[in-house]
Amino acid sequence: MPGRELTVAARVSVPATAKKGEPVEIRIAIQHPMETGFRFGIDGRAIPKNVINRFSCRFEGVEVFSAEMGSGISANPFLDFYATAEKSGTFEFEWIDDAGVRGRESAKIEVA
Amino acid sequence: MRLLVATVVCGASLALAADRPAPLRSGVEFTGSDARALQADDVANPGMLWVSRGEKLWSEPAGTSGKSCADCHGDAAKSMKGVAARTVHLEERINDCHAGRQDARAFEPESQPLLSLAAYVAYQSRGMPMAIEDTPQNHASLERGRALYHRRSGQLNLACSQCHDDNWGKKLAAETLSQGHPNAFPEYRLSWESVGSLARRIRACYSGIRAEMPEYGSPDLADLETYLGWRSSGLPIESPGVRR
Repeated sequence: MPGRELTVAARVSVPATAKKGEPVEIRIAIQHPMETGFRFGIDGRAIPKNVINRFSCRFEGVEVFSAEMGSGISANPFLDFYATAEKSGTFEFEWIDDAGVRGRESAKIEVA
Repeated sequence: MRLLVATVVCGASLALAADRPAPLRSGVEFTGSDARALQADDVANPGMLWVSRGEKLWSEPAGTSGKSCADCHGDAAKSMKGVAARTVHLEERINDCHAGRQDARAFEPESQPLLSLAAYVAYQSRGMPMAIEDTPQNHASLERGRALYHRRSGQLNLACSQCHDDNWGKKLAAETLSQGHPNAFPEYRLSWESVGSLARRIRACYSGIRAEMPEYGSPDLADLETYLGWRSSGLPIESPGVRR
């Protein structure tokens, strides 16, 4: 994804180990204001919309989950989804907001 | 005479005990099950994002001193353990260190780096009981705080004690009145969509009773924080707490 990279706090939870073919729960919380675009500042001007519009999770380069988000998603979004790992490897998470700021996280998993 | 002294002493200790609600109950008990579940889960708890950010800031150099918090204080898990239990106005203490020792520009009140550091420091004391004691150093502040707490003010002419001592557990519109303890700060409030300080929460109460809000860093807020800390002593620290 294009855009500037910025260190934003995110917390990921992926089980360290899993059995082959077993679904694993992946949870991620991302610090972001998710500004809706419907609010006005104290100067009376509209605060521009700035939300994480796309989130993706890749496993060893292959996209396994993605989400498109809009104004209706809360600040500091928390995503919870499942994936099945067939081999050991790394989950890579990437997201980008309307201001073009990008974030990344990753987590390893051992598949026995 | 001895009997009289005993009565007086007993009376005094009763008066002190009456200042603390009995039994002491943390605000988490008055909040909804959804916020409780968020607080209990470190991945879902949004306050932990501020803790993570604070952890990074802890070892980043700041100011002309070129020193980080860690350069003086080392591992926060050791050096900051218990600090939040015996310290009130954590944010101001951190800012004093930031401006005075690191020679950096003081953080703005309620700014994200300040809240992140405060959340990180408070997190090191999680589970420990609040232990703000009535010492010669803080006695004057505590007594001023106590007086403020019991003084009616604002257009609604309400004192803190009228909600948080006399009517806790009852409903105020959709909300359940808590005992007003500071043991989960800095805390994430879903209505703020952010972590905020105890000072911010107290200011919200001032606004609620239609009173003029004290400025951040004002003596009134500091005194109230001292009193609230003393009043909550014994409750376990929950930082970062989650509330509606």
